[in-house]
Amino acid sequence: MLRYTLKRALSLGLSLAVASLVIFFVIEVVPGDPASFMLGLNAQPDTIAALRSELGLDVSKLERYLAWVGGMLQGDFGTSYTYRTPVTEMIGDRIWVSLPLALYALTLSTLIAFPAGIYAASRRGKPGDMAVMGATQLGVAVPNFWFAMMLVLIFAINLRWFSAGGFAGWDKGVAAAMKSLTLPAISLALPQSAILARVMRSALLDVLGEDFMRTARAKGLTRRQALMRHGLRNAMIPVLTIIGMQFSFLLAGAIIIEQVFFLPGLGRLIFQSISARDLIVVESVVMLLVFLVILVTFLVDLAYAAIDPRLRSRT
Amino acid sequence: MSLSRNILLGGLLCLCVVAAALISFLWTPYDITVMDIPNKLQDPNAAHWFGTDHFGRDIFSMIMVGARTSLAVALVAVGIGMGLGVPLGLWAAANSGSWLDELIMRGNDLIFAFPSLVIAILITAILGPGAVNAILAIGIFNIPVFARLTRAGALPLWQRDFILAARVAGKSHARISAEHILPNVANLLIVQGTIQFSLGILAEAGLSYVGLGAQPPTPSWGRMLADAQTMVSFAPHLALIPGLAIIASVLGLNLLGDGLRDHLDPKIRVMRT
Repeated sequence: MLRYTLKRALSLGLSLAVASLVIFFVIEVVPGDPASFMLGLNAQPDTIAALRSELGLDVSKLERYLAWVGGMLQGDFGTSYTYRTPVTEMIGDRIWVSLPLALYALTLSTLIAFPAGIYAASRRGKPGDMAVMGATQLGVAVPNFWFAMMLVLIFAINLRWFSAGGFAGWDKGVAAAMKSLTLPAISLALPQSAILARVMRSALLDVLGEDFMRTARAKGLTRRQALMRHGLRNAMIPVLTIIGMQFSFLLAGAIIIEQVFFLPGLGRLIFQSISARDLIVVESVVMLLVFLVILVTFLVDLAYAAIDPRLRSRT
Repeated sequence: MSLSRNILLGGLLCLCVVAAALISFLWTPYDITVMDIPNKLQDPNAAHWFGTDHFGRDIFSMIMVGARTSLAVALVAVGIGMGLGVPLGLWAAANSGSWLDELIMRGNDLIFAFPSLVIAILITAILGPGAVNAILAIGIFNIPVFARLTRAGALPLWQRDFILAARVAGKSHARISAEHILPNVANLLIVQGTIQFSLGILAEAGLSYVGLGAQPPTPSWGRMLADAQTMVSFAPHLALIPGLAIIASVLGLNLLGDGLRDHLDPKIRVMRT
């Protein structure tokens, strides 16, 4: 297991290094010089040059890349061009909206999908299965930002159970903060739970045909007992893969959902920074999102090996 | 063999959307570029089947023209994904285990590490918002999807006797890939194509919603939803109708994809009969 973990960790480090190169050099292509942009049309060339020097834009791209990566390794993402505050602080404020939102949505999606998928698999071909599958077809087709608007219309505008947007802040208490994340999390979770329920169902149906399931039934277990004790664990590999992938969809989806609910998260920060040509913030937020996605993939790989020992020896 | 309910229902929904898009080139009930302020924000009625927006424009006409944008963006994005992804996948499978295969697959992994929307935001940040850049953004993410699928479908085929026979006959890897491997993975690609098409429609709507997709005056369903957001409390039909149009298209394509997979996969067909 140690060798497997080390191998995966090495691949994690390599992926991060390549991703940082791609992000830095892709974003550096963005037309428009941040210094000229900040100072406006009437700025004098020497003022622009002074600001470029102050922002550290007057050195070569390679030096800037190395300084950026070196800083990140020490937890320093640099200083925002427009706000003149450390990027780490800006990200720190906002990640406590985006990350809990993605995790909240992932939890909801799993809580909906597992029972729905297990129920559908155990009722294969019956009306219950068809109803769940029909609902998931619809769930996959619904755009989450549209669903979010409908939730606002029903639960915020008509019923007044939730606020239509904004974030209460964690200093107002966990309950208030979670309440303001509830409608966004539901709108993010719905399409993902539909996908996950379908994967859960088909993974369980695949397992149901296996010899060990027949043996379990022959030992006297009921269909449900065999499914819960032996089927679930074996069906978890494809399900875990999808859960891992969903985390990245949820993080990305949160960027749009934050716009619907006016949540002060990383998504809004990216949009604001792009329009202000605040490249250092854009680079850092994108790098952070990619880091989280690669990290989750790494953790999922480790979870595979924990669930299925055969995978450890194969790699 | 009869066509399944999924193919019929999915095909019907897709046909409606495609027909709306095509007819809109020749005719729409009203001109969508003309404002009619006295008739703004009307609920659906006999004159305006889906009502009017805040400029008094006919929503039914806008939905028809918006279908054009959605379909065009998604179709070209799938084209980019297939056009580049399939040859890469075939190439990787033909040279399985080589550094080239490894390079292609690791490159794909890297694209997967970027949430698709983040790629889209980056591309539109660099090139500016617009339908063409939205196509590019969605298309790039489609490349690894098709490359992986093609490679996975092609790898076991290279072990088969008929490929060995082709190799003995002196055919090159490229020719075997084109003449023997590609037709055998075509079914997989068609099914995945419909799924990516539906995802493309969703992605286009999302990008347009945040202002990175098609720009005014080009109508787009996502843009219509963004415009509707501040008016949803007193004119909910503005948000409801474009949303339902997106759902109908995506549902139609997904049902069609499911139906085609069942129809084209001999194993599933045998299980049914």
